[in-house]
Amino acid sequence: MKILVIEDDKEAADYLKKALGEAGHNAHVAGDGDTGFTMADGGDYDVLIVDRMLPHRNGLAVIADLRAKGNTTPVLILSALGEVDDRVTGLRAGGDDYLTKPYAFTELLARIEVLSRRSSAKEVETVYRVGDLELDRLSHSARRAGKEIVLQPREFRLLEYLMRHSGQVVTRTMLLENVWDYHFDPQTNVIDVHVSRLRGKIEKGFDKPLLHTVRGSGYMLKAG
Amino acid sequence: MGWTIPAALRTTAVRLSALYLLLFTACAVILVVYMTATSARLLNDQTQEAITNEASDLGRAYSRGGLPLLVRMVASRSRQPGANLYLIADGQGRILSGNVESLEPGVLDAEGWTSHPFSYRRFGEDTTQAEGAREGTLTEVDKNDGHKALALVLRLPNQMILLVGRDLGEPERFRSTIRQALVFSLGTMALGGLLIWFFVGRRALRRIDSVSAASKRIMGGDLSGRLPVSGAGDEFDRLSENLNVMLNRIGELNDGLKEVSDNIAHDLKTPLTRIRNRAEAALSGKPRTAEYRQALESTIAESDQLIRTFNAILMISRLEAGYSAEQLEDVDLAEVAGDVAELYEPVAEEAGVAFSSRTEAGCIIKGNRELIAQALSNIVDNSIKYSAGSETPSVEVSLVRGGEDCVVRVRDNGPGIPDEADRLRVTERFVRLEKSRSQPGSGLGLSLAKAVMKFHGGRLDVLPANPGLLVAMTFHVQRDSE
Repeated sequence: MKILVIEDDKEAADYLKKALGEAGHNAHVAGDGDTGFTMADGGDYDVLIVDRMLPHRNGLAVIADLRAKGNTTPVLILSALGEVDDRVTGLRAGGDDYLTKPYAFTELLARIEVLSRRSSAKEVETVYRVGDLELDRLSHSARRAGKEIVLQPREFRLLEYLMRHSGQVVTRTMLLENVWDYHFDPQTNVIDVHVSRLRGKIEKGFDKPLLHTVRGSGYMLKAG
Repeated sequence: MGWTIPAALRTTAVRLSALYLLLFTACAVILVVYMTATSARLLNDQTQEAITNEASDLGRAYSRGGLPLLVRMVASRSRQPGANLYLIADGQGRILSGNVESLEPGVLDAEGWTSHPFSYRRFGEDTTQAEGAREGTLTEVDKNDGHKALALVLRLPNQMILLVGRDLGEPERFRSTIRQALVFSLGTMALGGLLIWFFVGRRALRRIDSVSAASKRIMGGDLSGRLPVSGAGDEFDRLSENLNVMLNRIGELNDGLKEVSDNIAHDLKTPLTRIRNRAEAALSGKPRTAEYRQALESTIAESDQLIRTFNAILMISRLEAGYSAEQLEDVDLAEVAGDVAELYEPVAEEAGVAFSSRTEAGCIIKGNRELIAQALSNIVDNSIKYSAGSETPSVEVSLVRGGEDCVVRVRDNGPGIPDEADRLRVTERFVRLEKSRSQPGSGLGLSLAKAVMKFHGGRLDVLPANPGLLVAMTFHVQRDSE
């Protein structure tokens, strides 16, 4: 994946470039808002990672300018400002996701991978399939190996999200944001409990595990 | 504290006394001038009346006995003690009778009242005059010599001139008495003003100096210092007392801040030390072993906890400073309470805590749903954690509307907080009661909840539930939001 990091802190930018490289991505770095805008406008990037506070042109202006030119590259905003209203202004400016510094690299990685595939056809599919697990979005039902699985509404949404992003790491905060629509940081392992409940329902009585825990990051739903 | 004249002149007291002095002087001058003018006019009128009477007496004598009777009458009246002024002279200024020897030139030229006080001299007053002058002619006296008088000048047939006048010595004396009184009273006032100036100014200055000295000591860092109160109960005392109350309040806030920073030092330094020690231990061990990995993982976990604590501190201070109100939206409390209950129900189940929730519809408030949800989840999280130890642990979340208030209650049957002071203290930053020190947590959950409630114009109450603890979030429903 071709990624542009617009970040003025050189150390942070180099760290991101190296870590993204190790994760198999090709990352470029722009040190200020103007350079970042020019590079993003010219290059064909899959994802932009934009710091909010930048010299010359601030991050939100860069995003707004890109959007005004019709550039729809997914953008992840990085910011030291983590309040709810900062997130809202960030997303309103045209960002697609928002991550507060300091962040875990695994969280960032999971988010940009989800972002890059956001536009894929899965959005419009009505039936998701992972291995022998099947979820029908229209009839609100789930089956594994032809056997009906009874889910609570929230469990259904949780499974739906995991299946839409099957093969990708989804973090606990991503789940809280997308399944529950809350952005705060729960004190205890709230999400883990919900996931393990769901796991019980889709794996109990079946041989193969589907819902995997990714150490230090989150979860991944995949067959085999 | 040196007391210098320029400093004294700059005091308010001195400026005020100077102003008063000026005002009093002006009033006194006006009063005296008015009195003088009025009484001078009165005396003048009196003089004129007396002269008119005298003149009409003489006029009657003239018409009865002609010039000889007039001359006789004038001569006899002239000799009386304290007599008025009389003069009968012919056109050439030869004196026929009377007691006036010299006159200011021009007095006899016009008939009627003399236009202004004129100078004159009586017989016998001027020792330099020769004996012959007595029967001789009228001499002239300079305008500035002799006595002043006012007179009526009448022309008789056969060119004779009759002058009847009265000395103005009396009004003049009166005027000078008043002038002396004025000077005296002005002098007294000036002296009094100076005295007031001196004492009040110096007294005020001394009090202010002592207050400044005390505040300098306080500014220097001695926050236990207080401003002196003399006990006189005057305005300086009232000021000092108020400032002392303010200093007490500042002291309390300062103590609170100190406590918070001590707590921050403890709650942040402890994990930082752990992280450091662990990294050190890992470095000294073999790389790429299980322990190595374990050390790094727990370092990250600890850092995350630290970041969480920092975020909570930041959020609390932002909320306390007044969060941007533009993010307020209509929030359905039933929905938020339902979400949080649903989120925590499995957590409670896993902890073996019976969990129930009951919400009432119709509680729509203006607020921030994220913040309310976070506050409520902090409370629910606490309740599950602390009730888990009891025999049949249970947590109950409820939303009840009563009049203008919507109350979200979280009740557990854990050990509770028996001491009322502790219950009040538990919402303060970093306060973790002794029993809970062993439990994980930052000690900021309830502080954040309290800050959120304050931000929403509501309040957070921590109450005994017998057994257990009841935490109530009270929101006020605004009518215009419905």
